[in-house]
Amino acid sequence: MPDKLFKVNREEYMLPGNRSCQGCGLSLAYRYLLKALRENTILTIPASCLTVLHGLYPTTSVAIPCLNCTFPSTAASASGIVAGLNALNRTDITVVAVAGDGGTYDIGIQALSGAAERGTDFIFVCYDNEAYMNTGTQRSSATPMGALTTTTPILTKQQNKKDMLKIMEAHDLPYLASTSAAFPLDLYDKFVRAKRIKGTRYIEISAPCPPGWIYPPKDTVKIGRLAVETGIFVLFEIEDGKFRFTGRSKTLVEKGSRLPVINYLERQGRFRKMSIEQLTQLQKWVDTKWNEYVRRAE
Amino acid sequence: MSNVQIMTGNQAAAMGVKLSHVQVISAYPITPQTPLTETISQLVEGGELKAEYIRVESEHSVLAVCISASAVGARVFTSTSSHGLLYMHEQLHWAAGSRLPIVMCCVNRGVGAPWSIFNDQQDAVAQRDTGWIQIYCRNNQEIIDTVIQAYRIAEAVYVPIMVCYDGFVLSHTMTPVEVPDADLVRDFLPPYKPHMILSPEDPRNINPVIFPWRRQDPEGVLRDGYMELRYKLQKAIEGAREAIVTTNRAYAEVFGRDHGGMLWTYRADDAEVILTAMGSLASEATVAVDILREQGIKAGVVGIRVFRPFPKEEVREVFVNTGAILVFEKDISYGYEGALCSDLKAAFYGTGNRAPIHNYIVGLGGRDVKARELAEATLSSLEAIASGNTEPKTQWLNCDTYLPETG
Repeated sequence: MPDKLFKVNREEYMLPGNRSCQGCGLSLAYRYLLKALRENTILTIPASCLTVLHGLYPTTSVAIPCLNCTFPSTAASASGIVAGLNALNRTDITVVAVAGDGGTYDIGIQALSGAAERGTDFIFVCYDNEAYMNTGTQRSSATPMGALTTTTPILTKQQNKKDMLKIMEAHDLPYLASTSAAFPLDLYDKFVRAKRIKGTRYIEISAPCPPGWIYPPKDTVKIGRLAVETGIFVLFEIEDGKFRFTGRSKTLVEKGSRLPVINYLERQGRFRKMSIEQLTQLQKWVDTKWNEYVRRAE
Repeated sequence: MSNVQIMTGNQAAAMGVKLSHVQVISAYPITPQTPLTETISQLVEGGELKAEYIRVESEHSVLAVCISASAVGARVFTSTSSHGLLYMHEQLHWAAGSRLPIVMCCVNRGVGAPWSIFNDQQDAVAQRDTGWIQIYCRNNQEIIDTVIQAYRIAEAVYVPIMVCYDGFVLSHTMTPVEVPDADLVRDFLPPYKPHMILSPEDPRNINPVIFPWRRQDPEGVLRDGYMELRYKLQKAIEGAREAIVTTNRAYAEVFGRDHGGMLWTYRADDAEVILTAMGSLASEATVAVDILREQGIKAGVVGIRVFRPFPKEEVREVFVNTGAILVFEKDISYGYEGALCSDLKAAFYGTGNRAPIHNYIVGLGGRDVKARELAEATLSSLEAIASGNTEPKTQWLNCDTYLPETG
């Protein structure tokens, strides 16, 4: 069970006038994760959509201190902040690194794995929009099979998505969780919980992207919910090795009401060239993963 | 009380780090820098140096740690060599662009392919244009002194500094080193006062996206564009000349050792031919000069201590009366000539100095360089000049330059 729902912090740390796209899943998630983290936080972010959201020098739309870093170094940058704060005897500050899927699954994995192995006391957040959205939708290792991107423009992505949560779990983290921009309270709860825990914490956020996934901006929450309801994205948390479903995913398990993945795919232009074979394979991949989770939860 | 100890260049550097009260260290082991990180580990784990030591998974991460720890307000140190430095290349730009006073020891080593663990200066010279100050040490004494000086300089001008010294030649060679008195160092180098701090008390977004042109902040104040920030970095590095010279002078007053500021000379006052180089190679050249002097040739040495900012004014002055200049260097700017030679020639442009300049590439990948060979090269250059060949091609000393016909 997730903790009882905390009263959501009324403060806003994401100010009006940020530069995200219309219907951006990240901006929705970011607003709530900052509310959960509150004032005593330092952020570090690599090149990503978030860099754009934060705004252009000399103005920013985010009221939490932030150090921008190079693309591969997000977790190492956080390690330096933690080390610097320790050296100055400031141990009351939450250090949070926020990267996209490219900055996490691909170019950032070395630094992330290093920081996790060292048990660096920070929260690493991956907002997963399943491609290099800031550069205009190129394939990443988080892109699902069958998706069109500008670097898989005709044949679609041929491989399944990398299981980053599994990789991170192999680091024996005290806390890791997956959550979604479409379920802000599940997200809020998990960040509140993560903030209270020491050590390396990893949270992955499903962040639907209207221009990249090719759907109307008004449908972000709908698409995000369908990802969870079809089981292609699962809401769960693992604390000290103990797995549990949360929120909507939990009710899906209890009621056995998981939808076929086609319900999620058919609403997005990026899957329009997906073959029947790919669809079958993807459904099988989703089923296998889902059953693994269900077995673990038992 | 200062005391003399026998130590390697790496140990001297570690001692300099300890005396400088560094607060965060991050490093990744690479030959020939490794004993430096090992010695610092011992100092930290043994409780002799109160610092955070972050043992990261790559050199790229090393500088990320240093950049952010410095941005939080800590005094930081790192060290590397060769491929480690090349792997940091992106981060070198970020450290300089962030205007953070990070000090790094670069234990100079050749660059692959093919692999070589031995010394030359290609690694550091190849990072010439990343916005770091570069100081080359000639011996182990200069290493310990320069590490301490580097913090004072870097924190005065907010530019990171690379303290370079030759792998194995210095890093692994034991010589007597006078260790400065800790209390005197504490007075010479006060605690780091950061010019910007990443902290929740004063939230700010450091290093966000910037336009090329200037923009107003929310208070209506016009702030720098990308080019203004680049210009300020250039001015800061040019202006570092003064900080380097005054720091060297202040250091000499307190500790009694003058390393020359931007450059140093040996028997150069009346020299008709001057040998110039960076690092331990310049030390080697002093022996060559003694040999030449014995043969009645008025030779001298100019050791280039600071490569960036380039000591333009100083070299114009010190080379003004010489009849010939020989530039020996352990690097090559492929497709042209030695990088130091080009920079030196550029410094003379527009002056009356028409002394012939001969460039020798030496010691690449650790090939031995003997003082006798430097002296012989000098004699052959002087002969060539006497016979009217004032601008020969760059010569590769002690290298088989015969290229067999192919096909």
